[in-house]
Amino acid sequence: MPKLTINGQEVEVPAGATVFQACELAGFEVPHFCFHPRLNIAGNCRMCLVEIEKAPKPVASCAMPAAEGMVVHTNTPTVKKAQKGVLELLLINHPLDCPICDQGGECDLQDLTLLYGPDSSRFAENKRPVADKYLGPLISTHMTRCIHCTRCVRFINEIAGIEELGATGRGEHMEIGTWVEAAITSELSGNIIDLCPVGALNSKPYEYTARTWELRKHEGIDVMDAVGSSIRIDTRGNEVMRILPRLHEDVNEEWIADKTRFAYDGLKRRRLDKPWVKKDGKLQPATWPEAFDAIRAGLDGLKGKQIAGIVGDQVDLEAMVAFKDLMAAFESPHVDCRQDGAKLAQPRASYLFNTTIAGIEQADAILLIGTFPRHEAPLVNARIRKRYRMGGLQVGRIGCPGDLTYPVTDLGAGPPTLAELAAGKHDFGAVLEAAERPMLILGTGALARDDGGRILGLARQVAERYGMVQEAWNGFNVLHRAASRVGGLDLGLVPGKGGKDVASILQAAAKGQVKAVYLLGADEIETEALADAFVIYQGSHGDRGAHVADVILPGAAYTEKPATWVNTEGRPQRSPAAAFPPGDAKEDWKILRALSAALGHTLAYDTLAQVRARIKEVAPHLALMDRIEPAPWAAFGASGAADETPFTAPITDYYRTCPISRASATMAACVEEIVGQAEKATGTHG
Amino acid sequence: MLHDKDRIFTDIYGEKGPGLEQAKARGDYDGLKDLILLGRAEIVDRVKKSGLRGRGGAGFPTGLKWSFMPKETDGGPVYLVVNADESEPGTCKDREIMRHEPHKLVEGCILAAVGMGCTAGYIYIRGEYVREAEALERALAEAYDAGLLGRDILGTGLDFELYLHRGAGAYICGEETGLIESLEGKKGQPRLKPPFPAMVGLYGRPTTVNNVETIAVVPTILRRGAEWFAGLGRENNTGTKLFCISGHVNHPCTVEEEMSIPLRELIDKHCGGVRGGWDNLKAVIPGGSSVPLLPKDICDTIRMDFDDLRNVQSGLGTAAVIVMDQSTDVIKAIARLSKFYMHESCGQCTPCREGTGWLWRVMTRLVEGRARVEEIDMLYDVTKEIEGHTICALGDAAAWPVQGLIRHFRPEIEARIRAAAGKTDQMAAS
Repeated sequence: MPKLTINGQEVEVPAGATVFQACELAGFEVPHFCFHPRLNIAGNCRMCLVEIEKAPKPVASCAMPAAEGMVVHTNTPTVKKAQKGVLELLLINHPLDCPICDQGGECDLQDLTLLYGPDSSRFAENKRPVADKYLGPLISTHMTRCIHCTRCVRFINEIAGIEELGATGRGEHMEIGTWVEAAITSELSGNIIDLCPVGALNSKPYEYTARTWELRKHEGIDVMDAVGSSIRIDTRGNEVMRILPRLHEDVNEEWIADKTRFAYDGLKRRRLDKPWVKKDGKLQPATWPEAFDAIRAGLDGLKGKQIAGIVGDQVDLEAMVAFKDLMAAFESPHVDCRQDGAKLAQPRASYLFNTTIAGIEQADAILLIGTFPRHEAPLVNARIRKRYRMGGLQVGRIGCPGDLTYPVTDLGAGPPTLAELAAGKHDFGAVLEAAERPMLILGTGALARDDGGRILGLARQVAERYGMVQEAWNGFNVLHRAASRVGGLDLGLVPGKGGKDVASILQAAAKGQVKAVYLLGADEIETEALADAFVIYQGSHGDRGAHVADVILPGAAYTEKPATWVNTEGRPQRSPAAAFPPGDAKEDWKILRALSAALGHTLAYDTLAQVRARIKEVAPHLALMDRIEPAPWAAFGASGAADETPFTAPITDYYRTCPISRASATMAACVEEIVGQAEKATGTHG
Repeated sequence: MLHDKDRIFTDIYGEKGPGLEQAKARGDYDGLKDLILLGRAEIVDRVKKSGLRGRGGAGFPTGLKWSFMPKETDGGPVYLVVNADESEPGTCKDREIMRHEPHKLVEGCILAAVGMGCTAGYIYIRGEYVREAEALERALAEAYDAGLLGRDILGTGLDFELYLHRGAGAYICGEETGLIESLEGKKGQPRLKPPFPAMVGLYGRPTTVNNVETIAVVPTILRRGAEWFAGLGRENNTGTKLFCISGHVNHPCTVEEEMSIPLRELIDKHCGGVRGGWDNLKAVIPGGSSVPLLPKDICDTIRMDFDDLRNVQSGLGTAAVIVMDQSTDVIKAIARLSKFYMHESCGQCTPCREGTGWLWRVMTRLVEGRARVEEIDMLYDVTKEIEGHTICALGDAAAWPVQGLIRHFRPEIEARIRAAAGKTDQMAAS
């Protein structure tokens, strides 16, 4: 614990801390551009120069280890002159286009110049011209503004784990770029926009659409995957203008994935903004009472067993609990939230990411089964890469080949390999055996198949055989990809006694045994089977489910309602509404509550607080926000041999996985330009 | 003046041949086995006692530098890197060693390896040195064939591999950590220090980077004794040194001389004097392009060593003496150096990347007098914004020549500005 004196004040800092950190601890601000606590130290901006006694010249504090007895000054004339000089030099080639720059108002260079910079420039020469670079459909560049801090380069190489960005040229001709012009293929690429301290890297979709000070900032939770990233939703009026990450060390740190950040334009397209009712074989606009009348007529005389309900991937807890109660009022046992057909149910430990996302950093061996986390949960993948970069991690994988941005040992393609491991007959067993905290991640690619239950059982055997479940360590993990799944399972939205799961509901509907199907935001199913059934679709987008509906009830998207979400770890998180739903669309639990009254099964709650009280009644642990209730270990999974069919990746198209992302023009551009370039690229680009 | 008997590089002009046999005939490798067997501590001690200071420019005491290498390691590789990226404008001493006396360097590497416990060495030679690289490669092959490199050298149990690596022509790759980066196959950009290469260097292993001349003189120092070397020159500036004199002298040359020789004596004795006589001298850059130039009045008395030159706010640098007579446009000369530093800045850190271009642009205007007198002060201030604020010394190297110019030739710059302004006035009047 070295002790330093900073500006006359003594401070004790942890061993390994830098002078910069020591200054921050002592409460002295040190201006900086290139330093970022989550990236390697570059020390190239020279903004953080401080004076250290006995050092011959000013020292870059971000790169200097704090040592016992150092005497540091951050406010001497020498330091001030150095800061002023660095800013003057940064500004000589920086264009003065702040009035039209998207970064204006949230620009480090602007802020620091105000605080530390010169009042005018002495530079009378021409500024350096730099051609803008093409980095794909998400990131626009203004390279004349670049101050060469290399944060973007370091992020893409270190955290995203792909070597696609670098510096070329030297001296004042140094440029940041991709060398061969190509879109950046990382699913985390958008984060370099936040990292850029100036306006060199901007969000292409957001660019020139708003000024930062016009925006209202709302806290939110992302639903594009099951990670539940903390996001900030910036709105102007009722329009979502952009989505940014919020800090949550245990979930997304300060990053978000590109789908989370850029799919928001899907909130403005293909929206269901009024109820629709099918008349004479055609959907026609209707009023809420007309829609409810049509439902009453459609359900008239049906017994509970003839009605089924399917819950989609982006439904909030409030809507799900109301849906559960409504289906119970219908006396229907056919309710399922597992749209993908994953063979998961109680006990809770069998479907949670028990290790937790932050817990990955403690693991020393990871077994991936039927999952490609880079697509299913880019931030979980980033966490594994973070763990890999700490050293001493071994990753084995069964099925789902492809580049995960860290080295992986491919063990096999499907269940036979898993069975070998479970029987202790596979070489990788030795690695798991030797590991102190081994973990496995079971993806929906392994669970959403007919033999999913048996695979789950095999995975449990593997977990138990290799000591993955110990006191204070549970290495058994299911990586969900739907934001509503764990919440649905926690609330018990699974078939009741004699009830049918999604596949059986669809079969029964095709055969006419189930006559009415209520789709609560459910779009990822084979909708052809529902052609003859009476279909109620409640959701936000005119997607697959709406296409087969007889009655459409317009719901709110995730940014438009106060809602609770449970991520793959089982962490409940709450987000307020950032905007209003469009047109006649309503919050989903309110629709269900109103419909219940119209059908004569009035649900017992009138306010959001009462709905949440009901959630607490069904699942008490979901009332405590941002707290994971550990799940006790218990037996689960079916026994018996699984098929030999290899595991396939559950996501084939990362950029389009839900109604919102399918409606997004930005995501469509990503498919064309990012995925497309890999398919059509040749050595000479044609 | 240096006597022939005290000369280290006895064939610096290539009259006797660079081969192993000729080298041995000149005394190279004589008693090498005994020198190896002196052991690590003794070798470092003798180098320290000799007072040898690094010949690459900074003049850091070599023995001290060697002693920074970890005494005990985990058994992994420890590297010696020889900086043969001789790119400092005006400097042409290492190339003479490499093409005419390569075995001095090879032998020096072996002994340096003993002194620092190195397991392998890399000679990083600048790409433009094609013949020199060929000469070194021949020398390396000869040394391997003769069992002077490789496993169990001369039966002493010493294992040492020596490789030649050719650079691609960037000045910055002559900076020790930039060189290491380049050697690793990366973009040549200096690293932050600490950690110093002695702890974390090439491929993350302990590494010492030494100049060619520094390494090449070590065998002779060990053979003839530290006292002999320390007896040449004067205190703190000992030994002999290769001086490269270029520019407006009658016979430009590279010559080995005793440290602390008066500049005038060096030029008069070895170069046939300044073109047109000593009084025709205008300025001298005494140590390669990065050190500030000296006007004639200082040149009259100055001695060529580290301390004396530092006292006049210049430096010995690489001892590349660039002589400029009265015909020289000294402003234009320094402007050309500014262009060089702008071109060679790696672009990594702000002051050098942005500042070197600014310096050159202002210097270009000063050459023509298209400036205001106040801009001279501004230029000086900009050099002060660069100097000492960068990761490596290239920023300083870019700033110093301009500072030297302003310090010693300000009246000339002002006159140029006034003349240009006068011309404009005349044009306006007519």
